[in-house]
Amino acid sequence: MPKRTDLKKIMIIGSGPIIIGQAAEFDYSGTQACLALKEEGYETVLINSNPATIMTDKHIADKVYIEPITLEFVERVLVKEHPDAIIPTLGGQTGLNMAVQLQQSGILNQLGIEIIGTKLDTINEAEDREEFKELMKKLYEPVPASKSTHNYWEAKKFVDGIGFPVIIRPAFTMGGTGGGVAHDYDELEEIVERGLKASPSTEVLIEQSIAGFKEIEFEVMRDSADNALAVCHMENFDPVGIHTGDSIVISPIQTLTDEEVQKLRDVSLKIIRALKIEGGCNVQLAIDTKTSNYFIIEVNPRVSRSSALASKATGYPIAKIAAKIAVGLTLDEIINPITGKTFAQFEPALDYVVCKIPRWPFDKFSKADRTIGTQMKATGEVMALGRNIEEAFQKAVRSLEIDQEDLIMDSLADKSLVELEKYIQTPTDDRLFYLAELLRRDVSYETINRLTAINPFFLAKLKNIINCEKVLTNGTLDKEIILEAKRLGYSDKTIARLNNLDEDIIRHFRKQSEILPTFKTVDTCAGEFEAEAPYFYSTYETENESVQMSEKSVLILGSGPIRIGQGIEFDYSTVHCVRAVQQMGYKAIVINNNPETVSTDYSVADKLYFEPLTLENVLNVCDLEKPIGAIVQFGGQTSVNLAEPLQENGIKILGTKVEDINRAEDRDLFDQIIKKLNIPQPAGGTATSQTEAIKVAHKIGYPVLIRPSYVLGGRAMEIVRSDEELNKYMHEAVHVSNDHPVLIDTYLTGRECEIDALSDGKNVLLPGIIEHIERSGVHSGDSMAVYPPQNISEEVQAQIVKYAKLLAKELHCIGIMNIQFVIHENQAYVIEVNPRASRTVPFLSKVTSIQMARIATKLILGADFDTLGLEPGLEPESRLIHVKAPTFSFNKLNNVDSALGPEMKSTGEVMGSGTDYTEALYKAFEATNQHIKEAGNVLITVNDNDKKEASSLARRFHEVGFQVLATKGTAKYFNDCGISAKVVPEVGQSEKDIIYYLDHNKIQLLINTLGESRSQHSDGYIIRQNAVLNSVPLYTSLDTANAILKVLEKRFISVNPL
Amino acid sequence: MKRYLVFEDGTYFEGTAFGSDVETIGELVFTTGMSGYQEAITDQSYNGQIINFCTPMIGNYGIAKKFNESNKPTIKGILAREITDVVGNYQSEMTLDEYLKQENVPGIRRIDTRAITLKIRKAGSLKAAIVDDLDSGLLDKISTWKLDDEQLQKSINPKPTTFTGSGKHVVLLDFGYKESIVSELTKRSLKVTVVPGNTSLEEIENLKPDGVMLSNGPGDPTRHTDVLPTIVELEKKYPVFGICMGHQLLCLANGARTFKMKFGHRGFNHPVKDLATGRIYFTSQNHGYAVDENSVKQTDLKITQVELNDQTVEGVEHVKYNAFSVQFHPDAKPGPHDADFLFNKFWDMLNK
Repeated sequence: MPKRTDLKKIMIIGSGPIIIGQAAEFDYSGTQACLALKEEGYETVLINSNPATIMTDKHIADKVYIEPITLEFVERVLVKEHPDAIIPTLGGQTGLNMAVQLQQSGILNQLGIEIIGTKLDTINEAEDREEFKELMKKLYEPVPASKSTHNYWEAKKFVDGIGFPVIIRPAFTMGGTGGGVAHDYDELEEIVERGLKASPSTEVLIEQSIAGFKEIEFEVMRDSADNALAVCHMENFDPVGIHTGDSIVISPIQTLTDEEVQKLRDVSLKIIRALKIEGGCNVQLAIDTKTSNYFIIEVNPRVSRSSALASKATGYPIAKIAAKIAVGLTLDEIINPITGKTFAQFEPALDYVVCKIPRWPFDKFSKADRTIGTQMKATGEVMALGRNIEEAFQKAVRSLEIDQEDLIMDSLADKSLVELEKYIQTPTDDRLFYLAELLRRDVSYETINRLTAINPFFLAKLKNIINCEKVLTNGTLDKEIILEAKRLGYSDKTIARLNNLDEDIIRHFRKQSEILPTFKTVDTCAGEFEAEAPYFYSTYETENESVQMSEKSVLILGSGPIRIGQGIEFDYSTVHCVRAVQQMGYKAIVINNNPETVSTDYSVADKLYFEPLTLENVLNVCDLEKPIGAIVQFGGQTSVNLAEPLQENGIKILGTKVEDINRAEDRDLFDQIIKKLNIPQPAGGTATSQTEAIKVAHKIGYPVLIRPSYVLGGRAMEIVRSDEELNKYMHEAVHVSNDHPVLIDTYLTGRECEIDALSDGKNVLLPGIIEHIERSGVHSGDSMAVYPPQNISEEVQAQIVKYAKLLAKELHCIGIMNIQFVIHENQAYVIEVNPRASRTVPFLSKVTSIQMARIATKLILGADFDTLGLEPGLEPESRLIHVKAPTFSFNKLNNVDSALGPEMKSTGEVMGSGTDYTEALYKAFEATNQHIKEAGNVLITVNDNDKKEASSLARRFHEVGFQVLATKGTAKYFNDCGISAKVVPEVGQSEKDIIYYLDHNKIQLLINTLGESRSQHSDGYIIRQNAVLNSVPLYTSLDTANAILKVLEKRFISVNPL
Repeated sequence: MKRYLVFEDGTYFEGTAFGSDVETIGELVFTTGMSGYQEAITDQSYNGQIINFCTPMIGNYGIAKKFNESNKPTIKGILAREITDVVGNYQSEMTLDEYLKQENVPGIRRIDTRAITLKIRKAGSLKAAIVDDLDSGLLDKISTWKLDDEQLQKSINPKPTTFTGSGKHVVLLDFGYKESIVSELTKRSLKVTVVPGNTSLEEIENLKPDGVMLSNGPGDPTRHTDVLPTIVELEKKYPVFGICMGHQLLCLANGARTFKMKFGHRGFNHPVKDLATGRIYFTSQNHGYAVDENSVKQTDLKITQVELNDQTVEGVEHVKYNAFSVQFHPDAKPGPHDADFLFNKFWDMLNK
């Protein structure tokens, strides 16, 4: 069917800020879809509140609205733009939920806007548990039996019918607190009673347990002519019971017979047809490993994380095709862009194995609960391709950047067998390494399978890797053995370590022995058709398919998996770098390993290598492509860390020199620069031992800010106020050594701001100063920020500009760098310099219309200010005010303190823009989905130091109509200041204590500055956890509270009697 | 132990031996299916061929008797990037390696199967030998080797076999049939008698069939010209349904021609378009010959289905008689079931 001509203008709803469970994959899908619609000639309108995305770049859609994805704002855009249709299936759960709200509000009918792609009824049918169960019943497809109940008697009656085991999930508790698996009536009674107590609505869900089944996913597509196909199938390494986003996933399916695969494919196609989906759909199934009986677990009627993975795993661009289907095209009319020859009505065949491993945030949240289960906790993921599972597995592990080069986790060698066996019974992020250790100790597949239900097939693959370890340690280097190790995915680094040698020696030996990687094409068709896609992975085979390009090329290093501190912002910059490299007349080669991102769309760069970002893998690509050099400024710390070793191996680092990067990053060298330039900097020093640390602290005086050197996102950074705290920190938080010193600085309180500088080595352009709303002490990535600055005097601005110029020139910056300042008593101090593109690049690029990453790239490639027409100095401020606000995922993680501090905790960001500051603030708050009620109860619990400041805030809350609640001491303080405050009993002091108030919807806003604590039993911590649990808007900085008040005061309309 | 795949021109690929240790020569073909290695290995249409599996890891779920498509494989060897000893499925009765040893089929693993596929894609299907030694005397015979009648005859069961059923009676002319065809028929309660493909018209009629099926099978369809007059008579009297080789024979019998394809269709992601309905389904395919589209025009056959990507003739029906055939395998195994409704169509013809 040809595309629809009755539609002219189409609106796409984005997915908003990045949170756990909804990440960069929607930028990839949304960007693809927008471009596909433009390609078909439609006018496109996009709404998305996330500025850090490629999809919110001006050229991706005809009109881009960076506005909150709330009913209020989406309606405004609809009224203004009058699109003919909206596509809700590209913005994750956010997009779907918004479509449902729009339908309910009546605006779609009122304006005659059609929902295209998947219809609303379908969304409901797939999303609503009961409707979905009904549909499956109609299709004679089995789902695990389940029932909600408020008492044991009903639960028992239900279990009488379906038998044991059953899973009990208390309703509305975080992470399933209080639930469990019951194998008999005693356990059932115990867990149900416990669950009912734990549930605020005294309700539990009883569900037939399919734990231990094999989990399978199908990505299927369907068009309006009812053509349907399966793009990809995947098998989870972990059995049912772990969220698919937290599972290690292998594609294609490995351990099912053809009969089983086809049966599950039939079911998946039957479901997408029954749901009448026009686009893509994800079907999750469970299959019994002893009978082949299966259940449908879940259906997602939209593009998803899995569809992004499937697109990268197969080369089949699901979102792009889905968008074309939405406007009426059928699968047999759309050309498969990867072959350019076959049609989209094609089921990819893979001749490689794909392994995805999630990237969890537990390196940052060391105290968090590391168990994984039905609640997703990973922030990102990596993908690796190989010609066998072993190779794909090992490549994936070293792509993770978790200080694990391979399956050998040294700390496990001391653990007893009993400890190891006990540990693996509960799934955790690091279970894989425990499995490896058990296999190393020759524990049988049967035993491990009994404890974990992991398929012996996968265990045998791990064992193949382990067996090779033993051979590798056996003495001298042997060509056959090294080749075998490479074919099992071993890195040179691991081989070197096992032989007590240096990595270069292995590399040299390999080259001499002609053990060289070959690059194979990802072509969707297992080689059957000639492919046009320049998409490659390395393996050790006989034939190499990638040929050096005849034109000059530039290598661009990506930023790897999304993690806290290194998020989608870096992918944004990477993509812009690619475009600029191409504009400068070079071919762009990208190396990256993150399947969720735009940069790993094979159509972005001239060549894409899906590889771990390690020295070895990057050098392999360089050996083949011989680029004129590598750009490392856009891939975050991942790529910057590779700069020096690459240079040592003869690769030219383009832009700022490695020596200058080191001068910016090495504390002592940097101190010399600061002194030389006479720039004020907080006093500080480095220490490599506890005694040294104390010495430094005494010299500069408490409070001090302490952190390990060379880390990202303020990992393990703390404010320390006494010797006791310092000792504790040195003891618990870091491993200090000569190679890894800690940095200790005076903690200056004040406003923070940052600036990004573009430079050709001679001139410096400063697109804008970003002012942080929270005072120093809160990590810059977690601060709200505003551009242009609202509270920074011209005098201080002039200081900032001056220091930025001095630093850029002194560091011979060619490209981009980021400088952070703290303003203390009207003086700007430099806190740190990052010799690379920072997190703020997309935000600032969007609000200043200066495409910073592109300009930086051109400068890196030798363009100067004159040829680019750039004016040095600070760019004039924009007319509008823009506020950036962080978003957090605390409700997905157990045991993580939500108090903000020097360590970054946010997963994403939003932007609000307005003609004045409060309008921008209002939009930013709305966009974070922490809707601030205009009246209600505000609970203020603050530490003693903050009481004075808090009292003025309390007064203002009172004036805009809030009732102020506080604990006894604070309430008294407020009352003494003449502010009426109601006393709320402290934790545990009464039946109706603070927690009761939070649980029972009696608090609309919580201001809590009780300080981040190491203890999970402190009141502050408990209060914050309960606020997160009950989705009560929580702010842990008085500055944020002040910002909220500004909004409330602006919106407050007073009513007065005569 | 090392083992080699050697071509006529002396070039070779190196890998590691598994399966039986016999040395062989065969026609090298590749299949892109990601599952169903056992079904492929026991499919008689691969008679005389060395199968190069594109999917890099096979043997993962072992071997179970229930997945055999025939009693004895007649392939010449298999190539795989990786095979597995520890299987991951409860249904497995033995490993792939054990099975190939038992069936006397040699294999090479740790070989660059993708490079081999690309070689076939560029050159067309090739003759090759599997040897343990590059000095093997067998290598001289590659150039003169061809798939002979004696070898092909191994695919055909010389004695009639009957599968009971309460419904109509189908006689299946065997050119190397797959069990899956019989099971699709018996699943519909049909009674099936399998007879060798060259059974005379008289003998077939004596079996009092309600319909006739022409099976799949290996080799060049023109080898079976002796059967064509029988088919011409059968289509006048009975509903006839041909699959794969059976499709080619129905076409030849009605005056169309066949040709050898460059490297054939082997795999199960081939989209086939139904010209009457516009509907597209994914089909399981295994053929090296195809029906010439132009030659169909002069016949009483109408093209009903084509392959979406290269427009190969995928199905025909007779404009006068109840006869139709498809190039692909609606019986699947391995592969998708999208087209199994064709057996319902045949059932309807039998019961009209």
